[in-house]
Amino acid sequence: MTADVAGLAPELAGAKKGQGDRPLASAGERFTSYDVEAFEVPGGREEIWRFTPMRRLRGLHDGTAAFDGTAVVAVEGAAAETVGRDDPRIGEGGVPADRVAAAAWSAFDTATVLTLDGTPEPVTVTVQGPGEGRCAAAHLQVRTTPHTQATVVVTYSGSGTLADNLEIVLADASQLTLIVTDEWADDAVHVGAQHISVGRDAALRGVAVALGGDLVRNSSTVQYRGPGGDAELLGLGFADAGQHLEQRLLVDHAVPHCRSNVHYKNALQGDGAHTVWIGDVLIRAAAEGTDTFELNRNLVLTPKARADSVPNLEIETGEIAGAGHASATGRFDDEQLFYLQSRGIPEDVARRLVVRGFFGEILSKITLPELRERLEQAVEAELAVTGA
Amino acid sequence: MSTLEIKDLHVSVATEDGPKEILKGVDLTVASGQTHAIMGPNGSGKSTLAYAIAGHPKYEVTSGSITLDGEDVLAMSVDERARAGLFLAMQYPVEVPGVSMANFLRSAATAVRGEAPKLRTWVKEVKTAMADLGIDPSFADRSVNEGFSGGEKKRHEVLQLALLKPKIAVLDETDSGLDVDALRVVSEGVNRYRESGDAGVLLITHYTRILNHIRPDVVHVFAGGRVVESGGPELAEELEKHGYVRFTQAGAPA
Ligand SMILES: Nc1ncnc2c1ncn2[C@@H]1O[C@H](COP(=O)(O)OP(=O)(O)OP(=O)(O)O)[C@@H](O)[C@H]1O
Ligand SMILES: [Mg+2]
Repeated sequence: MTADVAGLAPELAGAKKGQGDRPLASAGERFTSYDVEAFEVPGGREEIWRFTPMRRLRGLHDGTAAFDGTAVVAVEGAAAETVGRDDPRIGEGGVPADRVAAAAWSAFDTATVLTLDGTPEPVTVTVQGPGEGRCAAAHLQVRTTPHTQATVVVTYSGSGTLADNLEIVLADASQLTLIVTDEWADDAVHVGAQHISVGRDAALRGVAVALGGDLVRNSSTVQYRGPGGDAELLGLGFADAGQHLEQRLLVDHAVPHCRSNVHYKNALQGDGAHTVWIGDVLIRAAAEGTDTFELNRNLVLTPKARADSVPNLEIETGEIAGAGHASATGRFDDEQLFYLQSRGIPEDVARRLVVRGFFGEILSKITLPELRERLEQAVEAELAVTGA
Repeated sequence: MSTLEIKDLHVSVATEDGPKEILKGVDLTVASGQTHAIMGPNGSGKSTLAYAIAGHPKYEVTSGSITLDGEDVLAMSVDERARAGLFLAMQYPVEVPGVSMANFLRSAATAVRGEAPKLRTWVKEVKTAMADLGIDPSFADRSVNEGFSGGEKKRHEVLQLALLKPKIAVLDETDSGLDVDALRVVSEGVNRYRESGDAGVLLITHYTRILNHIRPDVVHVFAGGRVVESGGPELAEELEKHGYVRFTQAGAPA
């Protein structure tokens, strides 16, 4: 767990110093559309697809996915609406920026809209995969009213293939704690897009947890509608043998005096475990007084696993409060293991100690004790699976 | 009463040009109640011996034996050796980011003692042991050895020694990198451990200055991968005056 970049793809050597390998403006000028046909079919060499194993997308990207199944969205602890595609609120969170998100947008029949008002008890949303061999599109919007303070847990689980859009619309001066967990069965493929729109003086505390699935790719975009907005995006991923976990973030600061803090941590264990973290932060000319920091740390527990990490920060104004980014990939190495074992600690306990320590600062931010314990146990179960 | 017995130990490391033999027949017996000092020039294999006892995977024992009270140490995993009562204070303690010292110490004590120490007495025990070694309590919350100075790392090695109370402790250059005050504090820690009960110490060092604080019963001169001479404390004084020349020639491979 040294602060080196072991495990970083060779072509991204420059990313170590935080210089991406492309002009960042492209992140801000990316193409968006609700219409799947407006996007060309990606071949896999495109910037936004080049880390993704396209063959494992089951046709979500090229129009061959059948969308023959249904993902049941259930809301517990609050009343939610089921609305048609023409509901005027749909799309307030943002617009798809890749072909799979647009395909999901073009394919869903009804959307679930969850409106949080006042200071409700924590609300749980479960999205159940369509089942093995099936493919589904889903659409969920979580929105707050002004001055609301709420906590929502969205859990993805089950089998099959899912493409979905999750809109998060924060009204002015509202506060939302949003915990999204991908806890899929081994066969599942999930390609998700999160469109986050933060109102004036609103604050989002997000924690994204990715544990299961064959391939899980989540792309999140944060936009601010007025000054004083604050977005904290924490993430935790555990990739085991053969698993592909991809987290893509774009924080688009186009409004003055907003804050963002991105902190993602991944652990990898087992042959072919692969994590990808892309953190784009764009501070546009108008976004004076922006305060942003993004950090990605990866812990490689076994040799044949790979963590790609690309932080990109583009600043178009000199008048910022602060901006920084860092990325580090380290290994749990034999020397650390030897040291812990030489004090009598068995190997499995030593690994648990290190991984618990590594994820501690993310998990400790989850304020729901039952959920935190469940996730801690899920992480330990992941550790036990591949044993190493 | 415990005895660590090393017989005709040969150890190799893997190098690009194939295995390289570093220990060439080490014979050594340390019993509890004794302090043995091993002195020898750089590169003579002292740390290799220490690591081989602890079971570091990089070092391959090609022949010979190590037993603790008759039990085959070489058949044990690294953690089993520690639980059997062996301890190695390392020359270069390893940093383990993300794991707090407090958590680490408790996990180690739980493993070595076979049960989790009672929380209330444990907290006090750790506090006292830290105070004895002049370690600020804030270190408990820091990651294991991360960003510690050389001297701080050494103090923490002795802290672990104090808490884990092994039967036989190997101290690999625990004195190097310490200023005069730290040397005194650390030596006192080792002496406390040694006098606390049935404990044996194998002290690897370059310098006789630590031997003014920790009196050895036996001094071994190590050269060319083996013990070339053993004697009383006066041997250390001779080394101080004349260096290793006499022994390195004697110990040089034919
Ligand atoms: N992986 C390795 N490849 C090649 N040579 C090695 C390797 N590990 C150790 N050695 C060599 O083995 C010899 C003994 O090393 P060791 O660290 O045991 O010496 P030492 O007596 O502890 O020295 P010092 O007094 O400097 O601590 C040295 O010559 C060292 O270079
Ligand atoms: Mg040495």
